[in-house]
Amino acid sequence: MARAVSNRRKTIATIVAWLVALIIFFPILYTVLTSLKTEPEAIQGFSLVPSFTLESYVTVHTQRDYFKPFMNSVVLSLGSTLLALLVAVPAAWSMAFSPTRRTKDILLWMLSTKMMPAVAVLVPIYLIFRDFGLLDTRIGLTIMLTLINLPIVVWMLYTYFREIPGEILEAARMDGASLWGEIVYVLTPMAVPGIASTMLLNIILAWNEAFWTIRLTTTNAAPLTAFITSFSSPQGLFWAKLSAASTLAIAPILIMGWFSQKQLVRGLTFGAVK
Amino acid sequence: MNLRTLMLGASTAALLCGFAHAETLTIATVNNGDMIRMQGLTDDFTTKNPDIQVEWVTLEENVLRERVTTDIATKGGQYDIVTIGNYEVPIWAKQGWLVALDGLGDDYDVDDLLPAIRGGLSLDGKLYAAPFYGESAMIMYRKDLFEKAGLTMPDSPTWEFIGEAARKITDRDADVNGICLRGKAGWGENMAFLTALDNSFGGRWFDENWQPQFDQPEWKASLQFYVDMMKDAGPQGASSNGFNENLTLFQQGKCGMWIDATVAASFVSNPNDSTVADKVGYAIFPDTGNGNHGHWLWSWNLAVPASSTKAEAAQKFISWATDKAYTELVASKEGWANVPPGTRTSLYKNAEYQKAAPFAAPTLAAMDAADITKPSVKPVPYTGGQFVAIPEFQSLGTTVGQLFSAVLAGQSSVDDALAQAQTIAVREMTRAGYIK
Repeated sequence: MARAVSNRRKTIATIVAWLVALIIFFPILYTVLTSLKTEPEAIQGFSLVPSFTLESYVTVHTQRDYFKPFMNSVVLSLGSTLLALLVAVPAAWSMAFSPTRRTKDILLWMLSTKMMPAVAVLVPIYLIFRDFGLLDTRIGLTIMLTLINLPIVVWMLYTYFREIPGEILEAARMDGASLWGEIVYVLTPMAVPGIASTMLLNIILAWNEAFWTIRLTTTNAAPLTAFITSFSSPQGLFWAKLSAASTLAIAPILIMGWFSQKQLVRGLTFGAVK
Repeated sequence: MNLRTLMLGASTAALLCGFAHAETLTIATVNNGDMIRMQGLTDDFTTKNPDIQVEWVTLEENVLRERVTTDIATKGGQYDIVTIGNYEVPIWAKQGWLVALDGLGDDYDVDDLLPAIRGGLSLDGKLYAAPFYGESAMIMYRKDLFEKAGLTMPDSPTWEFIGEAARKITDRDADVNGICLRGKAGWGENMAFLTALDNSFGGRWFDENWQPQFDQPEWKASLQFYVDMMKDAGPQGASSNGFNENLTLFQQGKCGMWIDATVAASFVSNPNDSTVADKVGYAIFPDTGNGNHGHWLWSWNLAVPASSTKAEAAQKFISWATDKAYTELVASKEGWANVPPGTRTSLYKNAEYQKAAPFAAPTLAAMDAADITKPSVKPVPYTGGQFVAIPEFQSLGTTVGQLFSAVLAGQSSVDDALAQAQTIAVREMTRAGYIK
């Protein structure tokens, strides 16, 4: 009896999980389907059956260079992730293993910066970028993406580090490990799943960031988000082309996410299963 | 080292110096067909001007406005040429954000520009942007449906006639709507049409003292007329329809009439995209017998922001892109029907263009009928036909557009929407200092 109830629960849970997954995935699926329609089909209304034409991909390929924004996306997302980890690992270490009375306040304050609407600081940031010659540069945008994702990276790493027993680090210290050795040789290997999932999540966030990457770039540092927006048209049909551009832009990150899903899930549930 | 090596070295050095001195112009633009075509023809310009390179930044219309505004206001200097509408040009020129275009060259025929367009881009007699293409609004209608219904489109139709004709040719069973009009909220979407409609009903946005006029009978009459007609003869879900949605409906034969930008004529008459290409007739924007045909006038223009350090090279490019020779270049590569319309008188006198573009004469008539300095039969303190050329209009127009779109969607009444529009407009205009 108990097994029957348990099985029924499992079935219901599986169906619900599939439904939720489908709902979450549906916008991506519909984007891909729309990219395979003709422009009149795309604007006609809801339909899951495209005519499977590749004309939008051909137009997108003919009109714009894909490689340059793609490379910019790669450089920006990887660069900002590495830079963020470089700052966040020591920060999270100190907060996890040497907390003070203010640690929680600092963590909350860091997170609160994410609650501020980005547009509120657009002009000051723009002026700073102008004065430092960072407008439309990869280095400028890498710094920007690092800064906006840093609170999340610190928070995630802090959560993972808290799961690691402090006694292990103490033992390392007693064995004469330096601070650097403690972080690099003891802490980091133990937190690899957490660091990997933080890295992956940060790459995804940086890849998809579309406010600053569009507003602080023109031609040299513009990533794939700027590539997508260039296909929207006020006079003329554009939904199929826009969908094709979006599909091309999300494809690399989708593939990366698919292959690294094990690490991603493991890292994201790292704290919960302990 | 022999002479040949020396010569080779000197040539390479000269070439490198040439590249080092080449200026790169960054041009911000929108993704319209004519702009894409211009990007494809850039080689013609760079071949004639080897010391100038061109890089394009194509953005969504609203993002472009925001980006360019931020850059110009902060003197970022990211763009050397910007694509802006005739709404922005007088406002930005007054702010000192644009360079006066006095370096377009001796061969540049300024007097050939359509007077209405040129007037909208000038301040104190100086041209601050050069028109790339322009448009007014007109009726595009199905001649076959009119004939079937026993109707004849008059030379100068009234709204009364349009309302009757729309209801008469509506055939829901055959999926034919009598009329398709903009309903999607936005200052450049439904408010462009509704402002022109109200102009033709004798209304205005503000009186001479900047008092909003939504509580006046003209707005009530025009909005009620629009809502009733769309209810009886418009497509389903019209409150979500903008230019692109109506274009699709018309091209698929689902609209008896469509009143919108003249630039649409080239789309609906293109047999590759339109199923009704050979059945389309054109007529001037309706009035109520008062001779006011809405005064819709829009142009996409190229301007040089004051923050650009390459103003001279930028004006060279603008001169190339907006001159008569460019029109001929497009015609030679892509045919006369594809040349950018609505900017030059000479184009409308060109027999080849008239032959290739059956909509040329009605387009010119519509543009000639538009006077943005007198959009209403009543006096107004502003310029602009389907918009009001003040900085506050973008926000106010969109807010009012949302109220009117909700009426079309059946979510509120005409009276409620007008009352709310009046309250909001008074508040905003007072806050902005127009009303003391």
